[in-house]
Amino acid sequence: MSEILIKNGFVFDPLNNINGEKMDIAIKSGKIVEKVSSKAKVIDASHMIVMPGGVDIHSHIAGSKVNSGRVLRPEDHVKDYEVKTKVTRSGVGYSVPSTFTTGYRYAKMGYTTVFEPATPPLKTRHTHEELRDTPIIDKGCFPLLGNNWFIMEYLKEGKLEECAAYVSWLLNAVKGYAIKIVNPGGTEAWGWGKGISHLDEEVPYFNVTPREIVRWLCKINNILNLPHPIHIHTNNLGKPGNYVTTIETMDAVKDLSKNGKVSIHITHVQFNGFAGTSWLNLASGAPEIANYINKNTHVEIDIGQVIFSDTTTMTADGPFQYILYLLSREKWVNADVEAETGAGIVPFRYKKSNYVNAIQWGIGLELALLIKDPWKVHMTTDHPNGGPFTHYPKVIAWLMSKKARERIINKINKNAKRRLDLPGIDREYTPYEIAIITRAATAKSLGLKNKGHLGTGADADIAIYDLDYEKLNPSEDYKLIKKAFKQAAYTIKNGEIVAKNGEIVASPKGKIYWVNSKVSDDIQKVMLENLKTKFEEYYTVKMENYIINESYLHDSFMLNVQSEV
Amino acid sequence: MSELTLTLKKELIVPIDASIISPTNLAGKTVGEIENLELWRGNRKVKLNEVFHVEGKSEDEEENLIVRLIGDFSKARGLGFKMKKGTLIIDGNTGLRLGEKMKGGLIKVNGNAGSWLGSEMSGGTIEVEGGAGDFVGAGYRGGKEGMRGGKIVIKGKCGAEAGAWMSNGVIKIYGDSGIFPGMHMKGGTIFIKGNCEGRAGAEMKDGKIVILGHLPSVLPSFDIEEIRASVKVEEEKISGPFYLFTGDINEEGIGKLYVSVDSNSQLKFWEKFLESVI
Repeated sequence: MSEILIKNGFVFDPLNNINGEKMDIAIKSGKIVEKVSSKAKVIDASHMIVMPGGVDIHSHIAGSKVNSGRVLRPEDHVKDYEVKTKVTRSGVGYSVPSTFTTGYRYAKMGYTTVFEPATPPLKTRHTHEELRDTPIIDKGCFPLLGNNWFIMEYLKEGKLEECAAYVSWLLNAVKGYAIKIVNPGGTEAWGWGKGISHLDEEVPYFNVTPREIVRWLCKINNILNLPHPIHIHTNNLGKPGNYVTTIETMDAVKDLSKNGKVSIHITHVQFNGFAGTSWLNLASGAPEIANYINKNTHVEIDIGQVIFSDTTTMTADGPFQYILYLLSREKWVNADVEAETGAGIVPFRYKKSNYVNAIQWGIGLELALLIKDPWKVHMTTDHPNGGPFTHYPKVIAWLMSKKARERIINKINKNAKRRLDLPGIDREYTPYEIAIITRAATAKSLGLKNKGHLGTGADADIAIYDLDYEKLNPSEDYKLIKKAFKQAAYTIKNGEIVAKNGEIVASPKGKIYWVNSKVSDDIQKVMLENLKTKFEEYYTVKMENYIINESYLHDSFMLNVQSEV
Repeated sequence: MSELTLTLKKELIVPIDASIISPTNLAGKTVGEIENLELWRGNRKVKLNEVFHVEGKSEDEEENLIVRLIGDFSKARGLGFKMKKGTLIIDGNTGLRLGEKMKGGLIKVNGNAGSWLGSEMSGGTIEVEGGAGDFVGAGYRGGKEGMRGGKIVIKGKCGAEAGAWMSNGVIKIYGDSGIFPGMHMKGGTIFIKGNCEGRAGAEMKDGKIVILGHLPSVLPSFDIEEIRASVKVEEEKISGPFYLFTGDINEEGIGKLYVSVDSNSQLKFWEKFLESVI
């Protein structure tokens, strides 16, 4: 069995409270062990930083919507392509890379686990087909449940346990990992030609409110004991003044925190952190949101940082994408997925000179810098909505160096610069905190026990960056930081070296993670009888064809979860 | 001035990627060095002297260098790729992507040119004695940027979508044009002396298209402005009269489409939409 010894690296392992200590890491058979034999391959990591492999909690990398994005954007691919090598396949970028390129580019940055956060259950077969084809990294997906007809009907009838059994069945059927909610009720209301602008506004026909949907699914999440809290893209996303909705959504489930655990994950908060009443007086709502999160323990967020770049926005939030189309007048895609959800795709370019874009850029960083506890913050760009994931090194540099931020601040729209609090924030992230927001906190939030840390028994997913911690002065050396995080000196996946100095040297397959949720047979029987008739009525596919077999995932990791019903 | 002559040894059966052949790339190299350059023939790399017979001198600066190609180059792609200065003369037909991304200098074709002639070029001049294929001065497949500057002159006819996505520069077609000239156009000028197959200026945002010959119909997303006595193409004044249309309204465009009144009696009905007729 292959053995590797990483010698003398500065290790950052926040889950085990290791902060830059010089130590050795031993690997045997894909796991981290106490020690290895003398035959082990030695990696000299002196003058380098060793971290667990990166874990991305929210990145749209696979599925029908991502693929429509690929089809929509040939001009995105023509400027960025990869030539095949002996190990890797050819592919294209830039904002919606092909599956193989996605895997390689993540591995090059030292990331080893990535979750696709929005898949319509009906189309999850497609998502798995693409995830299967995404090499090296481990992955999983979150089915969209926030506009599901069955759930809204159960909610209307008040059948909580049956609904929990349905969610459990659905997660098993499509091999999902967590509950994703996008614009709860809003996408459905849009299908009726209406909009939802408040948490207590009723969804047409179903007569349930977004607040009820969020609370309902949060309760179900608790009943099912799922590893990750509900993952929410709130209502009113991308509208001025929406930070109020964000705080209301967080507050709506405050009492549902179980054993003091986090009960809600608000995603890409940058897009839901707008203050002001119109595009003209748009301001950052980050201080208010950060203030709420600093005072409460039941919330965590990912930032959804904006990068000044050309990108492709894609969400299951049809109405929001329509607004974006009206703003950009670009080509666009809109879709409705039977009884489940909708989607929209619009190409977009974030410009430094644009007032709104500059404010958005500031909001993301303000959130990360103003929330005191890094365990509540996850670093994302909501790839590709805020910008492609390949720009993560830039975000890390901005967080670690005030000087790096100032360089951009001096180039952005002057009015935006005046309105933002960002220029006055002095905080700089330490490498330890970076390790938290990019791997430790994300792995913890996702309930991945063997990832995000380097303790004995953990998966040997490791990133080694060429940064001399002893000599490093992050606030000055932001260029070094950017370079190091862009190309990991070594990326080790499952005990195998996959990338070396920005080159892929091996391309193993990653696993697809899914939860096998179990409910009692009685409640499941009742639910299934009801569901079968409804399935016949509502869906274009047979129930038998809706269910995805485990073998379809090729290489999967099943997480058993016992529910309370 | 020095001249370098590359003669095709035998007829091309398998296409070659000839993008290394341009004055910019060959200037300052000896004949021996040039013969040893590698290019793709089909899926194999071959030495240049397997395909060409090379003679002449090229030690000069690139602006004084004339590269002359002799033979039928219909299966050679990308000739003059990214060339900056100098002259490239082709005695024969050429294939796809001649003068792609060209920045300056002169390309002269004594024959017909293939599709994507001068695609994404930003400067320089291309003159074609014969006709050209589709997508003259257009963007490459998937790209959103067409020709950004320079000049293309085609003595014969050309295919569809000439000047697609172009944002600056001039395209002059002395023969007939295929369908959709100036599609997605954002600026620059297209002049068609012959007839046009139709749908001129579809989705154009800005720029100028002048058609002297017959145009079956004008797209309904265009609006008639007036009748002009003449129009200027570069420095040349061309007398008409012309109908002046603007559009494409679907794209909120302000592009100008000039169509000859004399060759287009079928467009006469547009005149009733004019407030005042000259």
